[in-house]
Amino acid sequence: MPDTVVIIINGRPHQVAEQSTVAAALLTVGETLFRTSVSGQGRGPLCGMGICMECRVEIDGVPARLSCQTPVRSGMEVRTGG
Amino acid sequence: MGELRREIFDIVIIGAGPAGMAAAATACAAGAHAALVDDNGYAGGQIWRRANNARHGKSVLATRWINHLQRSAAGSGGLARLQQTRVVGMPRANVLLAESERGALEIHYDKLILATGARELFLPFPGWTHPRVMGAGGLQSLVKSGLPIVGRRVIVAGSGPLLLAVANYLRHAGAIVPLIAEQAHSAEILRFAAGLARTPAKLLQAALLRGGLIGTRYCADAWPLRAQESGGRLSVTLQIGKRRRVETADYLACGFGLVANVELAALAGCKFARPGCVAVDDCQETSVKHVFAAGELTGIGGVEKAIVEGQIAGLAAAGRTTQTARLFGNRDAALAFTARLEKAFTLRPELKTLAGPDEIICRCEDVTLGQLTIGDGDQTFHSLHDAKLHTRCGMGPCQGRICGPAVAFITGAENDLRIRPPILPARVATLAADGGA
Repeated sequence: MPDTVVIIINGRPHQVAEQSTVAAALLTVGETLFRTSVSGQGRGPLCGMGICMECRVEIDGVPARLSCQTPVRSGMEVRTGG
Repeated sequence: MGELRREIFDIVIIGAGPAGMAAAATACAAGAHAALVDDNGYAGGQIWRRANNARHGKSVLATRWINHLQRSAAGSGGLARLQQTRVVGMPRANVLLAESERGALEIHYDKLILATGARELFLPFPGWTHPRVMGAGGLQSLVKSGLPIVGRRVIVAGSGPLLLAVANYLRHAGAIVPLIAEQAHSAEILRFAAGLARTPAKLLQAALLRGGLIGTRYCADAWPLRAQESGGRLSVTLQIGKRRRVETADYLACGFGLVANVELAALAGCKFARPGCVAVDDCQETSVKHVFAAGELTGIGGVEKAIVEGQIAGLAAAGRTTQTARLFGNRDAALAFTARLEKAFTLRPELKTLAGPDEIICRCEDVTLGQLTIGDGDQTFHSLHDAKLHTRCGMGPCQGRICGPAVAFITGAENDLRIRPPILPARVATLAADGGA
């Protein structure tokens, strides 16, 4: 595995590639439901370029961050499903 | 308040894809004090995303322009690079309001070059909101940003040359891509491929004429009918010619071509030649004096068109108008390619009826296609602005960027979503710092 960092996903630590975005890291560990839509559907990334806003998650307590545009950082806390 | 930084330049270029890179390097070489603004951390735009990273396979053209750009930025008085900086508004003439990790920023300019590129067109079909259904470029971008794809089975579908590039990239990254479903008519594809002889698009030509990449079938007259969950994977039903076929996959990577990111151009008041296409003169100047446009904004045409238009815009903005003429031949060739591209990959009308009335069309607000229908069911809103006021379609955080072009295609309604700043969700502090943009 290339250089890794540990990030906290929904309260559990995961080792992920250092050179990845939060979106890629979430999918890598099998987390496909990033957010809950207004009618209750689970959604994940669509455009991969920061336009569709489907990949938003809570990062370090800040809600609605674009996971596809945010690089992972050691110790980062990510919450999905919001 | 009071935290607003100010930066002043002769020329500001928005978008660091091929068009913006060419414009910036050219303007800089002509002696202008210029800045290149982009919301990504790397130059290259979507097409050359991480092209400077050897892991992802280098493109000669990308490397050449990335080096060119780095030389332009070297030394004092060189090109300023404002990366991870999002332009959110144009509060007054010659001023952009932007935000970055460091907070809000006012960028002043004499000349503005818009090179904001394009995004994928997504069309609704049953299952298109499933998390394992992504854009074609969308999945590629996720793989480039760290998603392992080795051994994963991916169906690539939609329309346009991007599908081949994506399939090729994914296969090199270790994915299994059994087929590419291209909605365009096979006769049009063959005609287009035959006409590619004199362009650098050799991979495209070879793949189109051979009917695919090795190990991947390329099916024209093919499109997705539905995608559904099936034991943690996807079951994808495809129409292929007159037959239907069901494929199991880990991901469906689906995009129906590209639409230009015209929001800033609209905000600047630029006139459009036709929907989605900014009108420009010989020097790439728009209807708004001192505002130029280059690349996908003036018609979806790919890298060669973007580069030559960027060069022309860069020269013209730097006052070297007389030097632009030598580039017109290249641009004419690129524009001819653009026209052929558009003709070959025209979207077929069958795609308008893939989604039923219960299918979500606005993914931000979960507005269904049925909600856009009024009266006895055969009348729709005449314009997207009208639909937005009545249904919230296009009112969510993407501000109609995804549903707008889809609704316009399906209903034939005018895409007149009024662009009001902030054009992207901005932090309250950014707007407050500028006294409310």
